Amino acid sequence: MKAMEESTVLDAKVLELNMGPQHPSTHGVLRVKLKLDGERVVDAECIIGYLHRGVEKISENRSYIECVPYYDRTDYIAAVSNVYGFLLGVEAMMQIEVPKRAQYIRIMMTEFSRIASHLLWLATHAIDIGAMTVFLYCFREREEILKLFEALFGARLTTHAFRVGGLWKDLPPGFVEAARKFIDEFPERVDEYEQLLTKNRIWMARTQGIGVISGKEAIEWGLTGPVLRGSGVRHDVRKDRPYGGYEEFDFDVPVGENGDTYDRYLVRLEEMHQSRRIIQQVLDRLPDGPVRGKAPKIVKPPVGEYYSGIDGPRGELGYYIVSDGSAHPFRVRIRPPTFISLQVLRRLVKGHLMADVIAIIGTLDIVLGEVDR
Amino acid sequence: MEASITLKKIKEGFGNDVIEVDSPFQQDTVVIAPSALLPVATFLKEDPELQYNYLMDLTAVDYWKRKPRFEVVYHFLSVANSFRLRLKVPVAEPEPKVDSLTSLWPGANWYEREVYDMFGIQFTGHPDLRRILLYPEFEGHPLRKDYPIKRRQPLIGPKH
Repeated sequence: MKAMEESTVLDAKVLELNMGPQHPSTHGVLRVKLKLDGERVVDAECIIGYLHRGVEKISENRSYIECVPYYDRTDYIAAVSNVYGFLLGVEAMMQIEVPKRAQYIRIMMTEFSRIASHLLWLATHAIDIGAMTVFLYCFREREEILKLFEALFGARLTTHAFRVGGLWKDLPPGFVEAARKFIDEFPERVDEYEQLLTKNRIWMARTQGIGVISGKEAIEWGLTGPVLRGSGVRHDVRKDRPYGGYEEFDFDVPVGENGDTYDRYLVRLEEMHQSRRIIQQVLDRLPDGPVRGKAPKIVKPPVGEYYSGIDGPRGELGYYIVSDGSAHPFRVRIRPPTFISLQVLRRLVKGHLMADVIAIIGTLDIVLGEVDR
Repeated sequence: MEASITLKKIKEGFGNDVIEVDSPFQQDTVVIAPSALLPVATFLKEDPELQYNYLMDLTAVDYWKRKPRFEVVYHFLSVANSFRLRLKVPVAEPEPKVDSLTSLWPGANWYEREVYDMFGIQFTGHPDLRRILLYPEFEGHPLRKDYPIKRRQPLIGPKH
């Protein structure tokens, strides 16, 4: 804590307080320099980069296939969808056709990863605000999804889920039954969270009217995903530009009205239901056939550039790939959704109480591995 | 379809500043002169038919053996029409400089700081151009192609 110039700590009007970088409620290594007038936030500055590993630079020195595991580790909460975006780009550049079965399984696993990611978000968001029980419930369900990941990919967190042209291998025996069991039980589980939170007066008081942002402003700040949709803008890449077979599935894009923390909570809960709907359809219509298309051993996209954007759990995750025709990408730019949503923090916390900063950081659903890359 | 509308409109309005128009892999791409960046971006944002109101991405590429050396790349999205457009601006050495878009999109702030941090490209009119991911004492700009991947820099401890 450091007092402003020309004053002692006791008579200072504005106090500067460091939150983080080692603070559990900052969801990683985010440092926020808060300027406080009593408990009111006057200003906030985010200091990031503690987790910067230079993933984009590393990519330029690896082959396309070697790059993939690094992208797992950018957004480690939703590793499955990270890989998906990059591979879609590479496949589009090389015009590799992915078999139907592989497409369906990819969509199913991406939606599972969205549910897992939202569960982790809800768990930590709730515990930040003080609702301990939800944390335990969410982790119970997330565990089931991680078990499915382990069965198919061999890993729980850094999955290295997909390969160029499809999947590494087909679903293991018993997978479909386990997945079906999970989605059959899942709506009841979400109802449990809703019972604990949605009409809970403390939860409502802590989230309603907190961190309000209008739809127009959200667009100007470049927000995507649930944060944008919470403000009432119906934008979803899966609907606007369906990729990888999403056009064959039926689902809704939930939007909020007020653009506050509570609406973003409702949007994410509904997104879990919609993901479940997609998985249900995949399981019902899962075609037979190979899971890997014809892909060359050495991946060499033609000279050119491609932007591939997918709707990850946190918003639009884009990969801008520049190829010079060699086996190494000339440049890969990762458009990280949470890097962009984090910069709106300063705008959102002004005038709120210190405790609300925690709620707002939670509602933005940041992952510092992705912010810093 | 959409390719023709946006590209045609830009060609009509800014014919002299357009360097190249292309649609590789069905993705509309326009290369314009750096001086025309602000007018073109304003036009894209405010044109009632196009409504490119969303700055989706802003980054740079270092084509180090080419002249001009850098290219700043913008990706725009029109939420209403779901059009997408890639706008590229060549930037030359020795003092790479381009206009800032923070006056049109406040969200451009961190994008531009990141490009400055990684490539050393200056953004004229940016309110707060500092390093963002790296620390102030860091020397050089790591995403430039002539920055060796194995170069080490001293670790700077916390100052207060």
